[in-house]
Amino acid sequence: MSGLINVSSSPHVRDKDTTSKIMQCVFIALLPASLFGIYNFGLNALIIIAVTVAACVATEYVYEKLMKKPVTVKDWSAAVTGLLLALNLPCPYGTENVIRMCLLAILGSVFAIVIVKQLFGGLGQNFMNPALGARCFLLISFTSRMTTFAMADGVSTATPLALLKAGESVNTLDMVIGRIPGTIGETSVIAIIIGAIFLIWKDVITLRIPGSYLISFAIFVLIFGGHGLDLNFLCAHLAGGGLMLGAFFMATDYVTSPITKKGQIVYGVILGCLTGLFRLFGGSAEGVSYAIIFSNLLVPLIERATLPKPFGKGGEK
Amino acid sequence: MALLTFKGGVHPYDGKDLSKDKPILEILPKGNLVFPLSQHIGAPATPIVEKGDRVLVGQKIAEAGGFVSAPVYSSVSGTVVGIEPRLVCTGGTVNSIIVENDGKYEEAPAWDIKPVEELTREEKINLIKEAGIVGMGGAGFPTHVKLSPKEPEKIEYVIVNAAECEPYITADYRRMLECGDKLIAGLKISLSLFPNAKGIIAVEDNKMDCVNHLKDLAKDEPNIEVMALKTKYPQGAERQIIYATTGRAINSTMLPADAGCIVNNVESVISIYRAVAEGKPLINRVVTVTGQAIAEPKNFLAPIGMNFTELVEAAGGFKGEPAKLISGGPMMGFAMYSTDVPVTKTSSALLAFTEDEVAKYETTACINCGRCVSICPEVLIPSRLADYAENDNAQLFEKWNGLECIECGSCSYICPAKRHLAQSIKTMKKNVIASKRK
Repeated sequence: MSGLINVSSSPHVRDKDTTSKIMQCVFIALLPASLFGIYNFGLNALIIIAVTVAACVATEYVYEKLMKKPVTVKDWSAAVTGLLLALNLPCPYGTENVIRMCLLAILGSVFAIVIVKQLFGGLGQNFMNPALGARCFLLISFTSRMTTFAMADGVSTATPLALLKAGESVNTLDMVIGRIPGTIGETSVIAIIIGAIFLIWKDVITLRIPGSYLISFAIFVLIFGGHGLDLNFLCAHLAGGGLMLGAFFMATDYVTSPITKKGQIVYGVILGCLTGLFRLFGGSAEGVSYAIIFSNLLVPLIERATLPKPFGKGGEK
Repeated sequence: MALLTFKGGVHPYDGKDLSKDKPILEILPKGNLVFPLSQHIGAPATPIVEKGDRVLVGQKIAEAGGFVSAPVYSSVSGTVVGIEPRLVCTGGTVNSIIVENDGKYEEAPAWDIKPVEELTREEKINLIKEAGIVGMGGAGFPTHVKLSPKEPEKIEYVIVNAAECEPYITADYRRMLECGDKLIAGLKISLSLFPNAKGIIAVEDNKMDCVNHLKDLAKDEPNIEVMALKTKYPQGAERQIIYATTGRAINSTMLPADAGCIVNNVESVISIYRAVAEGKPLINRVVTVTGQAIAEPKNFLAPIGMNFTELVEAAGGFKGEPAKLISGGPMMGFAMYSTDVPVTKTSSALLAFTEDEVAKYETTACINCGRCVSICPEVLIPSRLADYAENDNAQLFEKWNGLECIECGSCSYICPAKRHLAQSIKTMKKNVIASKRK
């Protein structure tokens, strides 16, 4: 026994899961939706995805280098932010439009990584989901480009949600499969659910947030939708827009959701009601992004109000 | 109501296969023996021998230093060569009596004892107190204090903590298989102290051979139940095992007796039997010497005071370069920088690992994933408590129930960011309690 011996406080064993493995799982879980987006919107979608992911990772790398901070791109969180942002962008038709969208994507990436994430202290410190913060920033700044949805054949059409808002009927089956206009990753309910099942199986997310979100949203639509018990209308709302992608991949973002179990359910219910409010009574057809970033702000309050009772407190004495 | 489990908990690699099939091997020390005067919670024992005195096996060498304290006995015959501070497994130095072993193992005169049936309650507790028995699972709380609650008739359950939920350790496992009869006899003695109590032996269900063996031994004991608990760390934590066996939950301000329970470790219960039925003081215990860096993992019946280095040699020495040495289990044990420390009443194991998992991972930023929250057996928010601890915010630490932490280490184990959550919380807890005493 000649070498030096390690000494540390207990426990002396560690689980094998790391932050970077969790982030990789999320990245993998987003692949079905990404692949469907590429199938649905053509190779342009792939270009936008690649540019956004690369822009986010590069921004994080450059920022951390410039600020002389440890470089954390290996934890995959910037890559996940990039992929999520790309899936929230529309895929335009025509080379020039694609280049313009790529420039928007780069701008969004810089906003997400520098303003929303790094300026607040980097991974784990941001109070708002970076990808969604960037999306809302782009949505407000470049409204028309961000809300023009074209299919792979170049025909610009209204999204099913916009049609619903206008009082027209939609094909719910198409919406579940995803053969509809929308942002790159939000259209296919099936692809999103496949990714979500993978995340639940890998113990990365639980159903607490998405479940309470979707259920409370459905109840809100049933009560205030003005269509009574119209299942077609309800399903169209559940399958339409960014609800599924938001519920399973963005509302569940660890950093910006409550850590307490009860808090997660409260958070989901608030999300459901806000999404319903924005969609049914707001100016635009969509409301998921705003609902999530608004609810992000309530997280510290929700946590404080839902502090769990410790084991044995108030027990028989 | 027995729920057989608790909420939360983790499943670390258990490593028990290394040593579980190795029968308990009696071992005699060669070198000097070191008897720390503080092997228990409470006042240190007071030496009653001096340098140059000759002592015998089973001779008392230090008297209890108060009610919450325990005497110390020599495990060999020989000469006292000094009373001085010595390194112990927790990393500090403790005043200790050093005995030079003459290798003769001459025994001190046996105690005069009556048959168990004729002993009164006070006599039994006094024997347990005199034998120097403490909680041998690791905490070291004097057993006679535990067995003397204010209202003995209110005790409804006497629980033998045989969960052995710490990975790698197989000391209690071997004890149950090899000395199951003594365990049951010891439990019966404990039960005789409480008129309304029922006995429970709580074993994790990864040791079904013990469960079946004990059930077989206890089949004519209507007042003793053997329970197979779900295998999950920290099943053997006092509050969690009470909850799993009785459905009663206690917090940091309560004692098990407040919930009508008394909990004792396997080794302690066997020592109770030896003290009350055989009139023998506590001079040895089972120690598992194991880990990937030990050539031949074994379970030893080791005399208290024996040097760990000798135990490692008896287990074939080190295989490869040990990267970490631990006294106790990997979840709550103490990392040691030397094996030159004595076996004490609370030493259940010596582990030697070839790789230190703590040093292997670098701490990264907390991503608020909530895994520590979902596994915390005390239903706390470890990540926030560690934040408050690191910012030295005692007020929020207490408000978020930091003092309820049982220091099991599950949060540090599960954390994907590899934060040292338990370490921060433990330190803060100590500071907060200390500032309250002022």
